[in-house]
Amino acid sequence: MSTGTAGTAARPTRPFATVSPRTRTRVPLLVTAVLLVAMFTVGSVRYEGFLSAQVGLNLLIDNGFLLVVAVGATFVVLTGGIDLSVGSMVALSTVLTAWLVESQGRPLAAVVPLVLLVGAASGALMGWIIHTFEIQPFVVTLAGMFLARGLCYTISTESVTITDPTTVALAQTRLYGPGGLFVSIPVVVALAVLVLAFVVLHHTRFGRTVYALGGNESSARLMGLPVGTTKIAVYAVSGLCSALGGLLLTLYMLSGYALHAMGMELDAIAATVIGGTLLTGGSGFVLGTALGVLVLGMIQTFVNFQGTLSSWWTRIVIGALLLVFIVLQRLMGGRRPAAG
Amino acid sequence: MVSPSTPRPPDPGGPRPRPVLEARGIHKQFAGTVALDGVALRLFPGEVHALMGENGAGKSTLIKVLTGVHPADGGTLLVDGRPQAFADPLQAQRAGISTVYQEVNLCPNLSVAENILVGREPRRFGLVDRSALRRRAAELLRELDLDLDVTAPLGSHSLAVQQLVAIARAVDVSAKVLVLDEPTSSLDREEVAQLFTLVRRLRDRGAAVLFVTHFLDQVFDLCDRVTVLRNGRLEGEYPIDRLTPMTLVQRMIGGELATLDQLSGRARREAAARTTGEPFLRARRLTRAGAIEPYDLDIHAGEVVGLAGLLGSGRTEAARLLFGADSADGGEVGIEGEKVRLRTPRHAIARGIAFCSENRKAEGLVGELTVRENIVLALQAARGWTRPLTRAKQDELARHWIETLDIRPADPEAQVRHLSGGNQQKVLLARWLLTAPRLLILDEPTRGIDIGAKAEIQKLVARLAGEGTAVLFVSAELDEVLRLSHRIAVLRDHRMVATLTNDGSVTPERILTTIATGADS
Ligand SMILES: Nc1ncnc2c1ncn2[C@@H]1O[C@H](COP(=O)(O)OP(=O)(O)OP(=O)(O)O)[C@@H](O)[C@H]1O
Ligand SMILES: [Mg+2]
Repeated sequence: MSTGTAGTAARPTRPFATVSPRTRTRVPLLVTAVLLVAMFTVGSVRYEGFLSAQVGLNLLIDNGFLLVVAVGATFVVLTGGIDLSVGSMVALSTVLTAWLVESQGRPLAAVVPLVLLVGAASGALMGWIIHTFEIQPFVVTLAGMFLARGLCYTISTESVTITDPTTVALAQTRLYGPGGLFVSIPVVVALAVLVLAFVVLHHTRFGRTVYALGGNESSARLMGLPVGTTKIAVYAVSGLCSALGGLLLTLYMLSGYALHAMGMELDAIAATVIGGTLLTGGSGFVLGTALGVLVLGMIQTFVNFQGTLSSWWTRIVIGALLLVFIVLQRLMGGRRPAAG
Repeated sequence: MVSPSTPRPPDPGGPRPRPVLEARGIHKQFAGTVALDGVALRLFPGEVHALMGENGAGKSTLIKVLTGVHPADGGTLLVDGRPQAFADPLQAQRAGISTVYQEVNLCPNLSVAENILVGREPRRFGLVDRSALRRRAAELLRELDLDLDVTAPLGSHSLAVQQLVAIARAVDVSAKVLVLDEPTSSLDREEVAQLFTLVRRLRDRGAAVLFVTHFLDQVFDLCDRVTVLRNGRLEGEYPIDRLTPMTLVQRMIGGELATLDQLSGRARREAAARTTGEPFLRARRLTRAGAIEPYDLDIHAGEVVGLAGLLGSGRTEAARLLFGADSADGGEVGIEGEKVRLRTPRHAIARGIAFCSENRKAEGLVGELTVRENIVLALQAARGWTRPLTRAKQDELARHWIETLDIRPADPEAQVRHLSGGNQQKVLLARWLLTAPRLLILDEPTRGIDIGAKAEIQKLVARLAGEGTAVLFVSAELDEVLRLSHRIAVLRDHRMVATLTNDGSVTPERILTTIATGADS
């Protein structure tokens, strides 16, 4: 029959029209990977001591918590939503952990599940509100952002330093590999979360429903997919990841403070976009998000190595990069059906 | 009127089966308009049941109420004799009711295989088994005689393929009830035949199939019983052998249908006169790689040129080049003897060319805007945004075209997404007609349009041509192409293989032979 093959020639009006749609969704990801390698090369040429495996690992050590938060954000962005509350949720987790461990003397082993539960539950609550009352995710999570940040202050207005021996020991644990290279425990946790997220997104029904939702929500509903449950679940995942990110940040900083993680929601979303996930949802890869986080970390490293630059340059470069990637997405996004 | 009061199950002599699905006294109201008023429907196992009615009669709304998309405002629904109410399509699906809604509702970003199986993917150890997924999807498509790369994203396929994929998805849910809302609107004869074979197989297995279409021959070919709706009310339920096409249409429109026959005579008589002299548009060796091979085409002022060919033969692709919707990568176009380049639709619009797309959902209407706003959109764009149309002028234009095309509801301020499928198509048509183009390109303009409105649109096209508009008419319905066109260009495998003058010797069979053999015999 003539239908199958003949009608399939895609005819996007945009540039890159000749590349297949499958390749097109991967182009931003490739660009990010190339960018990362290029930055590393340039860095090694310009700065002494840049070219070392430990600099690479330090990227992970300094950004493990961001990776976890960005993975959660990726779930939400893939459905076409957005979660602005993640930065505040991270701060809330640090404050809650520090307060429970230090002021209340609770054991860390009991505090961790509690904090994770709080994160997942508040995410689920926001998801439920978004779904049930059909309110823009941006509005609901903005409210969540203020609420969580405010809650931090009701617990403690000061920074709470952690002296609890188990926590400190955990934070200072170094896992050594060959050649004296080392990583911290948060790195291991972050990588585990990344792998888990990859499996969930690409190999489970829930994950595929996330993509379907981002492709076309009303179609997904008519196809009989559990739209409501899935939506609530992605915000719960995002909340859970922010809480976990908060725990990792507590270990990294050894303190809980209401002013931690200011603007981290934007870093997480930026990493997601630079990693090739479409803000409109339905297309992207969680492994791309990991590359995005590394790019952000790399920019930070550059600024540190340069020494003379003020740290605001990090923000400026991230902003410029974000713009470039959003334009790139636009150019790649020419998916239009061909016709008989 | 034949009394429709006591409808019978399909086999009057045998034991009376219980309906698998029965709706009684269904009411549905949308802000102001009553869409359904006391409608009843019964589906028996092992029957194909047609749901008929004009555009806006309430067919799709009834289907959506039955399957949990819209809550009903009144009435009862019985499944296997037990009262049921579905809160969402998922519940209906779980109860064994599988539906293909009117507009293709799938996810363009997912692969073909996933679109067929998402939500019920085969799993191993809790994870999606990708190779089983591909295999199962390919199997299901083979039942529709469709062989394609199931790993490609759905969005890269044509509308027809998407429709078949939607059907494959619905068929897979081993359903007691299969609901198909205008599944054949973008399919060709061959695909329709394939679909019917499949539907008959399901019916013989004991499934009930509810089938909506505007093609009468398909109803008489496939269906056992018919339920007719008119203006949101139940007109009646009939066994098919008690109806003729004529009586069925009378039931649907509540009156007589104007005949179209005088139309065809005129087009043919004038065929010779039109094709002499300087053409309005002359295309030479026009081509786009992967879409259409180089073709030549002349269209004269006042002439209707039909494009015939199977799905995927390059009909739409050929037409799009003339509007700059896709840019050509070879050949040239002349308009009234002057060489022009049509790289974007703006160039074409400036030259007086209008293009009514077949894909009203993706590249035509703006659902959130009103009927009036959608109608004046193209004219406003042609005038430029610095010279806005006055509100009074807009109202006048909207009212005129609503009346001419009988758009229902006749409310210029209704949101387009709330209109029925056929009425949306009419709005799109009105948008381009009112720009009074020199060349009007119509790509499947009568898709999903009911039989009365179809005749009106055909008459309108003939009248425009009579007034000097050049028309390029693309349609899968050969009857329609033959009735309207002065000349017919036949396409096959992305190539224009023949141009026939419609002088009375051309029949649907001759066109089909030309398509099959690649040459005019
Ligand atoms: N969501 C909605 N809001 C308001 N009005 C609606 C909505 N959906 C349908 N309607 C109205 O209900 C009526 C019936 O529409 P419906 O789509 O059921 O018609 P249909 O019989 O399927 O027609 P077609 O053959 O054109 O597909 C129309 O007048 C339509 O404008
Ligand atoms: Mg309909």
